[in-house]
Amino acid sequence: MKPFDYIRATDPAAVQQAGGRIIAGGTNLLDLMKHQIETPATLVDVTRLEMTEIEQSENSLRIGSLVTNSELAAHETVRRDYSVLSRALLAGATGQLRNKATTGGNLLQRTRCPYFYDTTQPCNKRAPGSGCQAMEGANRILAILGASDKCIATHPSDMAVAMRALDARIEVESATKGTELLTMDEFYVLPGDNPEVETVLQQGDLITAVHLPAAPAGRQSYRKVRDRSSYAFALVSVAAIVNTEGGKITDAALAFGGLAPRPWRDSGVEEVLIGEAPSEALFDKAADVLVADAKGHGDNDFKIPLARRTMKAVLSELTGVS
Amino acid sequence: MTEHLKMDKVQPRMLDETGQGAIHKPMTRPEGPLKVSGTATYAAEWSLPNMAEGVMVRAAITKGTCEIDESSVKDMPGFVGIYTDRMVRNSAQGTMGTNPVQPEGEVHYLGQPIAVAVAETLEQARDIAQSLAVKYTPADGAKTVMDDSTEFEDDDDPVDMGDLDKAMSEAAFSIDSLYTTKPHNSSAMEPHAAVADWEGDRVILRGSLQMLGFNKNELADSLGIDVSNVRILSPYIGGGFGSKLGISPECVAAAVASKKLGRPVRVVLHRNNVFEMITLRTETRQRMRLACDADGKLTAIGHENWQTNLPGESMAEPVDVATHFLYGGENRRYGQHIARLNRSASGAVRAPGEAVGQLGLENAMDELAEAAGIDPIEFRVRNIPEKSPESGLPYSSNALAQCLQEGAEMFGWSGRKGPKERLEGEWYLGMGVASAARSNILMESRANVTLNPDGTALVQTDMTDIGTGTYSILGQIAAEMLGIDPSKVTVELGDTDLPEASGSGGSWGAASAGSSVFLGAKGIRTKLAERLGCSPEELRLQDGVATGANNRRPLAELMDGPITEEGHIEPGSTSNDFEQAGFGAHFAEVAVNKVTGEVRVRRMLAAMAAGRILNAQTARSQVWGGQIWGIGTALTEEIQHDRRTGHIVNNDLAEYHIPVNLDVPDLDVHFVDERDDQSNPMQIKGIGELGLSGAGAAITNAIYNACGVRVYDYPATPDKIFPHLD
Ligand SMILES: Cc1cc2nc3c(=O)[nH]c(=O)nc-3n(C[C@H](O)[C@H](O)[C@H](O)COP(=O)(O)OP(=O)(O)OC[C@H]3O[C@@H](n4cnc5c(N)ncnc54)[C@H](O)[C@@H]3O)c2cc1C
Ligand code: SF4
Repeated sequence: MKPFDYIRATDPAAVQQAGGRIIAGGTNLLDLMKHQIETPATLVDVTRLEMTEIEQSENSLRIGSLVTNSELAAHETVRRDYSVLSRALLAGATGQLRNKATTGGNLLQRTRCPYFYDTTQPCNKRAPGSGCQAMEGANRILAILGASDKCIATHPSDMAVAMRALDARIEVESATKGTELLTMDEFYVLPGDNPEVETVLQQGDLITAVHLPAAPAGRQSYRKVRDRSSYAFALVSVAAIVNTEGGKITDAALAFGGLAPRPWRDSGVEEVLIGEAPSEALFDKAADVLVADAKGHGDNDFKIPLARRTMKAVLSELTGVS
Repeated sequence: MTEHLKMDKVQPRMLDETGQGAIHKPMTRPEGPLKVSGTATYAAEWSLPNMAEGVMVRAAITKGTCEIDESSVKDMPGFVGIYTDRMVRNSAQGTMGTNPVQPEGEVHYLGQPIAVAVAETLEQARDIAQSLAVKYTPADGAKTVMDDSTEFEDDDDPVDMGDLDKAMSEAAFSIDSLYTTKPHNSSAMEPHAAVADWEGDRVILRGSLQMLGFNKNELADSLGIDVSNVRILSPYIGGGFGSKLGISPECVAAAVASKKLGRPVRVVLHRNNVFEMITLRTETRQRMRLACDADGKLTAIGHENWQTNLPGESMAEPVDVATHFLYGGENRRYGQHIARLNRSASGAVRAPGEAVGQLGLENAMDELAEAAGIDPIEFRVRNIPEKSPESGLPYSSNALAQCLQEGAEMFGWSGRKGPKERLEGEWYLGMGVASAARSNILMESRANVTLNPDGTALVQTDMTDIGTGTYSILGQIAAEMLGIDPSKVTVELGDTDLPEASGSGGSWGAASAGSSVFLGAKGIRTKLAERLGCSPEELRLQDGVATGANNRRPLAELMDGPITEEGHIEPGSTSNDFEQAGFGAHFAEVAVNKVTGEVRVRRMLAAMAAGRILNAQTARSQVWGGQIWGIGTALTEEIQHDRRTGHIVNNDLAEYHIPVNLDVPDLDVHFVDERDDQSNPMQIKGIGELGLSGAGAAITNAIYNACGVRVYDYPATPDKIFPHLD
């Protein structure tokens, strides 16, 4: 680990002034620092800031950036009205990690691509221009959607997948733009030619909260397929909210984890479903859309059929089609 | 005085007569409170005055040479030194007793230790290790995958009895299947660590090692010093599973650096280094050929294997070890082929041989039972031979049939149905069985036993407790033999200055070190009998009172001071004249998700016959560990190498998936009551590895029974199963 300065921020302005790397729970950043994948000269500890509350108003829920994954999963309103989120959180990491992990930190956790973690290996995300060792290497856990020829990393979060299905918006405070509310597709940037850039955040920008709109109508589910029962990242995960009325699907929101560099949502999939009567054939059509542009890289080819099957099973569960 | 026994003939069943009641009891570990309160000092927890910290530097290429540029880091904060001399390439193979150092600057695999960076603090040492400039010159010809184009070193003299091909072609039923297993890592909870300090010419090494008698010689060899100048202390070990059998790179590096610096040096392997620098279990390919007649009697067994290791490593996984003696059949063929690859060295990992060989054999048995239309338990029972089928030796004891049958009854085997016949929501349910077998071994071992007039006792040996419960059972054996409560016995282990024991490995520790303690205590009994005026056979010792020849005296009255006896056991002709093995049967019930192919184990039962059970609790824990390991083997554990570089990509416990709590259901263990008279004077057999042997096969057989998908390529991750489901 490289030596670093440590600053404990007392207000958001101090974060911007300090100009260092923000640390919250530290469960991801500290590992990255020990491996010298990230080598910040200054750490700005934001855990004393007032971002620890979950505030409820009539039409939304505002989750402070420092709310831990455990607290959020256990929150009464979340469990009742946003169960997809609660379940996604509980499907992630372990009890110990969830006690430390924060909402803001979880959104910004970095990929688990093995080559990213080994500084002796080429990796465009860690060392731009050095190449992507995963493309033709061990890529079982990597992306089939939204990737580029520079990087096929996945975003490993479960929480963010549920938030994507819930149309969450991320509240960011920046020195230049003040307070902004960003959709998740605005917040996360696809790798393209610059996989080292993962979000629109600039140095010193602070995530202050995540906003959830009013609880959606319909049934919710989070399903995570993984190599062991717990404490494993998703091979494929599906966050789904589906409402049916009079035998037809009226609303559908589907987001996917384990497949792409960011929580993946494809409006085309939802368009196939909405207005139709749920059926196996309909789900197949929607699945066709989901994987239309999917590209396997060898080890991870299996994710294409697995994503289909999992999505269809979740839709069956939510609509009662057997 | 020494009480010596060479195990040439059956010994009386003394432990059935002694009557203190300390044996077999489920006794908790005497050192347990120290461990849970953090006061048992593990190697890395030693902090000596003025100690420097070392971090291993790993090679970044697969094959070639390297030159280290010390000047690149000399000015970094806390820099103490970079040492490259006497580096060992990987941990030594078990029971070698030697560990030659590598020519400086050679790289044989990616992740190999090439230097140790020493600094004032761990963080500084790590920074220096990561910043060190190394100039690499890659060499051609690196080999990193075993495939059809690989050259193999073949076994010169494989067993070939009868005519396998003919038997296969003439059989009523036969199968010819290829099974593959991926490499495994021991993943002991405590990473390898060493603290070295020199007193003059003598190195004192605090390490985490399983076999100190061998390790002291290996360290002496690596350092080029006399073994009398080596003292190793290893009283507490957080798991070994074979990974700590041989001296490992951090021990040699710490000793070298400490000698040069004249100050203590600590080197702790990072988990990533443990995966790369420490021996792991080879991947295997296993071709299974089995044939039987119309009555389900085996006529042929073929078990051929392909595996990998670094050039120059002597260890080969004895994949077919249990196949030689488990089932009958006149036509038998074996073969072993080793590919020399530039990847981390292969070595012993818990139950070398059986852990993977039983997967091939026991799945093949299931396949053949099905082909023949016979229940898998009945099929196995029909094929248990009278005597060992190749050597013709009698079994010292063989309760396999009893394990299978009692186990089946307990597990509710009669409720088993066919593939896809039990569906619960999205989950197919099924049951599987597999036989367990593990050769039983006795090794030379010594211990001192001291009895004090106040009824306390002391056991001293350089034996290790790698988490198995050695402290408990050695205390229990001494207590039983001396007629005192186990709480009165102090056990001192893990110091090469104490009498040399077998070390922990091969499931021989309890039998070997235990027999030495038994013998030392027996020597004390002889002395007490003399003093009481009775024969040793007549002597009864219970609760600190000696009785015999119509005499009854408290120990304090019989003794004017402590009595110390050395116990010394040596294997004898019973090791050669009998096929000695523990046997057992594993049962598993699993659920397979018909959408995703995810497998969850619902319950397991192990019915084990391992001779006398010394401590029902620690023995059960060993079997639990084996069953859990079986879950990992069957479902999740695999080292993934980059095909181009041999780089281990999942070199941490986030991505190398050992089972977590939620993967482990209720585990049942049933011990079949047994005494093995040929094994040792206590009639016990090894249990630690037996509990693992076959456990994974019971799970994959259950997967087949649940959903009709036969897993040929371990582990059975979801991607191997769902494509075969509709
Ligand atoms: C072994 C292991 C297994 C795991 N398994 C899972 C899993 O299955 N599913 C899953 O979803 N996650 C998993 N995780 C990841 C875990 O959820 C994240 O590490 C955690 O959520 C990160 O939160 P943190 O508060 O500790 O972030 P930190 O480590 O403190 O920070 C992470 C990043 O976020 C930035 N940051 C933090 N807070 C802010 C803020 N307010 N504003 C701007 N930037 C900020 C930091 O600068 C840093 O770059 C696992 C982690 C580990 C170590
Ligand atoms: S996939 Fe991305 S993170 Fe992984 S090696 Fe390639 S560039 Fe690096």
